Amino acid sequence: MITTQHLTKKYGSQMVLNIEHLEIPKGQSFGLVGNNGAGKTTYFSLLLDLIQPTTGHIVNNEVQVNTSEDWKPFTSSFIDESFLIGYLTPEEYFYFIGELRGRNKADVDALLANFEDFFHGEILGQRKYLRDLSKGNQKKAGIVASFIGNPQVIILDEPFANLDPTTQIRLKAIIKDLAAKKEITVLVSSHDLMHVTEVCERIVVLNKGEVVRDIQTSAETLRELESFFAGTQVSNEEE
Amino acid sequence: MFKHFVSLQWKSFFRSSNFGKSLALKLLMGFLAVYLMLSFASLGIGLYFILKKAFPDSEPMLIVSGYLLYWVLIELFFRYFMQKLPVMDIKPLLLYPIKKSKIAHYILIKSGLSGYNFLSLFIAVPFSIVLMVQGYPVINVLSWLFAIVCIILTINYTNFIINKSDKVLLFLGALILALYGLEYFNIFSVKEYAGQLFYSLYQNPILVLIPLLLVIGTYYVNFNFLRKKLYLDASLKKKAVKVETSDLTWTKRFGDIAPFLQLDLKLIWRNKRTKMQVFISLAMILYGLFFYSMDTYGDTSTIYLFVGIFMTGIFLSNFGQFIPAWDSEYYGMMMSQNIPLRKYLESKAGLISVSIVVMFLLSIPYVYFGWKALAINFACALYNLGVNVPVILFFGSFNKKRIDLTKSAIGNMQGTSATQFLVLLPLMVVPSVLYFVLKTFVSFEVAIVTLSVMGIIGFAFRNTLLNKVTEAYRKRKYTMLAGFKEQNS
Repeated sequence: MITTQHLTKKYGSQMVLNIEHLEIPKGQSFGLVGNNGAGKTTYFSLLLDLIQPTTGHIVNNEVQVNTSEDWKPFTSSFIDESFLIGYLTPEEYFYFIGELRGRNKADVDALLANFEDFFHGEILGQRKYLRDLSKGNQKKAGIVASFIGNPQVIILDEPFANLDPTTQIRLKAIIKDLAAKKEITVLVSSHDLMHVTEVCERIVVLNKGEVVRDIQTSAETLRELESFFAGTQVSNEEE
Repeated sequence: MFKHFVSLQWKSFFRSSNFGKSLALKLLMGFLAVYLMLSFASLGIGLYFILKKAFPDSEPMLIVSGYLLYWVLIELFFRYFMQKLPVMDIKPLLLYPIKKSKIAHYILIKSGLSGYNFLSLFIAVPFSIVLMVQGYPVINVLSWLFAIVCIILTINYTNFIINKSDKVLLFLGALILALYGLEYFNIFSVKEYAGQLFYSLYQNPILVLIPLLLVIGTYYVNFNFLRKKLYLDASLKKKAVKVETSDLTWTKRFGDIAPFLQLDLKLIWRNKRTKMQVFISLAMILYGLFFYSMDTYGDTSTIYLFVGIFMTGIFLSNFGQFIPAWDSEYYGMMMSQNIPLRKYLESKAGLISVSIVVMFLLSIPYVYFGWKALAINFACALYNLGVNVPVILFFGSFNKKRIDLTKSAIGNMQGTSATQFLVLLPLMVVPSVLYFVLKTFVSFEVAIVTLSVMGIIGFAFRNTLLNKVTEAYRKRKYTMLAGFKEQNS
């Protein structure tokens, strides 16, 4: 589904991302972990053609993302609050996204009905603009908006951060549910090792822009990751 | 402690990412500020002599005093828009071991040193110096000046007290109009009575105590209010605006661009700065009166063409020059969503076109000044529609400065760069020059027809032009995205 080839991103002389080859098959739930500055958001931004690669390219479902825009109809994402339109109410925002993805109000309402639990009564019918919602509630709205319009690829950057425990658990159930259907490719990045190991079949560890681990999730994975990050921390301290 | 506060202030000014970035803009603003100061100062110096010459029988001081009440009211009125108590800056200070009363004093004293307070002094100080040179008693003049300073500060602090209420603003506006009306229809001479009041400040230096007490009083009221309200959920909290939803289904008839049109309408109506721009645009329809009411220009002067372009295109230039920066806060989403860039731009072009038509309709009463005025405005509207709309959209592709929609509307230079000044050239100067040349060497009719035809041609080729503009946006996508991400630029 998503093929990355010889991808590098440099700022000046500093290499921030260098992925020789990475293949993400259709329907996989894919986790990306790494410390701050490891290149997670850079990779997602490249995938969404928000920044230009220095060399190489990403092909999303046979569409090379930096030359064609045809990946947009089947790809959706929530990177950060800058993906929300602050002066809209959550409903208006959902309808707007729906409209962009060819869904009418009824379709969007039907989808939203599935997320009533997830919203916990704090999103819909609040008569508040998105900019006046708390960070966590903004995030909820943004994540659900990325489910609108039957996307085949969903990209979520740090979806668990800022969410309360109940919502984290619900979000994990939602992502697992998506992954179980084997039709939607879900890409998730996180700082929280426990969350990603729980929801992702495959975990790739980025360190200083390079892929250093590529693991099929098993019972051992969490321990493996923990020992890896404990190790890099030590080596960072030595530097 | 105060030294720390001052150094914080200093750093926040010099270390803002804005500083030094757009030197040209800074220079221009600096130039304007100096110009303003110089003109105020020269008015202050000249005031005495002007009044002496115009009203040889009256005492200049008495005349000046007569206008002081209006000055106070008008300044209060304008400050309501211009000045807000800078409470947000002190949020980080709350966590440190600093007494709340000290923080409150800091904000209030800082506001006392604000630039607005010095503006009037640029007139008052030179005026007082001239008076003393002219042999007025030094003690009286100095105490009068001191009284003026106190009144300015009282205005400053009163403004923060009334800042919470729109009603007071309306009341102030009504009061100014009412007083002026009484004066104008000779019912009651406000100038005379209020003038006596202010004049006595000059006559009896001891009365200076009154304005002094007023300053202390208003300061104290503010201080009490602030100290009690220095909590995150009280005065430091930004007000959450109540949602006003409106059904915009009528936009559906515009087809594909409907969702963007709805978004743009909400953008304009729900954000202060854009909303303000609508009101400014509507008010600017009166701009022409300055020129048409003067006889000096003749009826086909180039100045009228400039006025016509300006009036029918005011929203075009005010709103259009910041496309797509209005959407900068969520431009990343716009670029990764399933959005045809072309439709996005079409919606903006449609909105601006509607504004041009509306402004032209509003300008029809200028026909009172002769059919030529109407012809000029009509040609200008056509030219704006056909030529200036694509031009401003094209220049928009050079925008890469973020606009924070939640920031206030007045004196907000966010998003401004050299582009905004460059774009004025093709927008207003080109048609004016064209008109001037054709009118001078051929005839008025030919000039008008040429501009109209240019507009119509531009309109006919709108699709091609918009395609070119879309291409320009596509090319500069990454630069825009990177620029819009930068905060405070």
